Amino acid sequence: MGRVLPTLAKARAPLAAAAVQRDRLDRVPVARRFDDALADSGLFPLTATRVDILQINLGKRCNQTCAHCHVDAGPDRTEVMPRAVMEACLAFFEREEVPTLDVTGGAPELHPDFREIIVRASATGRRVMHRCNLTATLLPNYADIPALLAEHRVEVVASLPYFQARETDAQRGEGVFEESIAALRRFNELGYGQGTGLVLDLVTNPVGTYLPGNQRSLEAHWKRQMMTRYGIAFDHLYTITNMPISRFLEFLEKQDKTEEYMARLVAAYNPAAAAGVMCRNTLSVGWDGTLYDCDFNQMLELPLAAPAPRTIFDAVRDALDARSIVTGPHCFGCTAGAGSSCGGAVA
Amino acid sequence: MSDSSSRTGERPSYYDRHDLGRFSEIGRGSPELAARFFDYYNAVFAEGALSAREKSLIALAVAHAVQCPYCIDAYSKDALEKGSNLDEMTEAVHVAAAIRGGASLVHGVQMLNHVDDLGM
Ligand code: SF4
Ligand code: SF4
Repeated sequence: MGRVLPTLAKARAPLAAAAVQRDRLDRVPVARRFDDALADSGLFPLTATRVDILQINLGKRCNQTCAHCHVDAGPDRTEVMPRAVMEACLAFFEREEVPTLDVTGGAPELHPDFREIIVRASATGRRVMHRCNLTATLLPNYADIPALLAEHRVEVVASLPYFQARETDAQRGEGVFEESIAALRRFNELGYGQGTGLVLDLVTNPVGTYLPGNQRSLEAHWKRQMMTRYGIAFDHLYTITNMPISRFLEFLEKQDKTEEYMARLVAAYNPAAAAGVMCRNTLSVGWDGTLYDCDFNQMLELPLAAPAPRTIFDAVRDALDARSIVTGPHCFGCTAGAGSSCGGAVA
Repeated sequence: MSDSSSRTGERPSYYDRHDLGRFSEIGRGSPELAARFFDYYNAVFAEGALSAREKSLIALAVAHAVQCPYCIDAYSKDALEKGSNLDEMTEAVHVAAAIRGGASLVHGVQMLNHVDDLGM
């Protein structure tokens, strides 16, 4: 694989610090504050409904350094979820009968206990989703992973910014597209995306500072393109908006486009999308066990608001339902247009 | 919404990219006609026999043919958002260029007619 850049953390860039990111976002002049937009939509204060999805972030290690990564993940990151935290996550998932476990990172495969997590979580009979960057499954020590996922009927949610090399490689690194296609072929060969019940979903996000298009019509377009160009089948396409966080924020800052991008998000605020933001039914656990309303709050180091529990060790579902959600200007990224979540558009 | 700053002072040039966002202000003079136009406009670009993505590419080509910087701005972004890529967008611009070039050239036949009429 070609380009692998240093992460912001490695480069000691100021924006590597969550506090600097939060401060920058707070200083962007916007037409209205997120909480005011929520209030206008009758949604303030934003509250959680219940925990339908437990999203666990296994750490910041990744074999790629995508230009838009909101995790600032990369090969030079060392944060990985310790065993004790992983055990507490699995215990919570089982004990509280959470319907879905969503495993993310970094590249979750690179976690030393990834296989065990998959096996134990799927033994519950509940839905397990794996967020896959595709190329990690081609690394020599991880070649067994697609078959393991298939055996345990884990849903694969794979990122592919665009169905051409130029756009994908511009965002994810040279050569990533070709490897992604090879990985997708392998998933297809295992029965993924073929109507066998092995679900293969793709996630696209804009390669730039515009908003994603209509998920349904893009899905139809992508299905044709992926089949005719590469013979690849998949189940659903999810559209995700680039969040003005971490490396995408760094990109915006370098281009002097932060204010323009935020203005675009704010102008596209959609009350219907706000009602369906993913934090309402998701609990996000950081590599160190800290609890967050979502993966974005996690990266901005905005933990759950008191009196909600602070870590997965003292989490009980009853104390998490109906909690107040911690919001900020970045939340406009989830409510622009048709909305954006880990499951794509929401409105 | 009216923007008072736009009505006073020196304008930097005839074209200002911020004016694109003020398109709806055209209804200030005749709201009813503007409403009819925007209704029609939205209906034209809805998903139909042609997909919204295809319509966006056509719009991009026409924007180049009529050389409207506002429309080029709007439909460059719109085409990307609809899932098109630079290759498709560039081909659309070439379609506009081919028709524009061809349209000039085919009028050359009229020139030939005149030359034939006027010549000996
Ligand atoms: S976006 Fe995903 S694949 Fe890319 S660097 Fe971040 S975690 Fe890794
Ligand atoms: S950024 Fe997180 S907290 Fe904010 S709206 Fe999106 S999911 Fe909810």
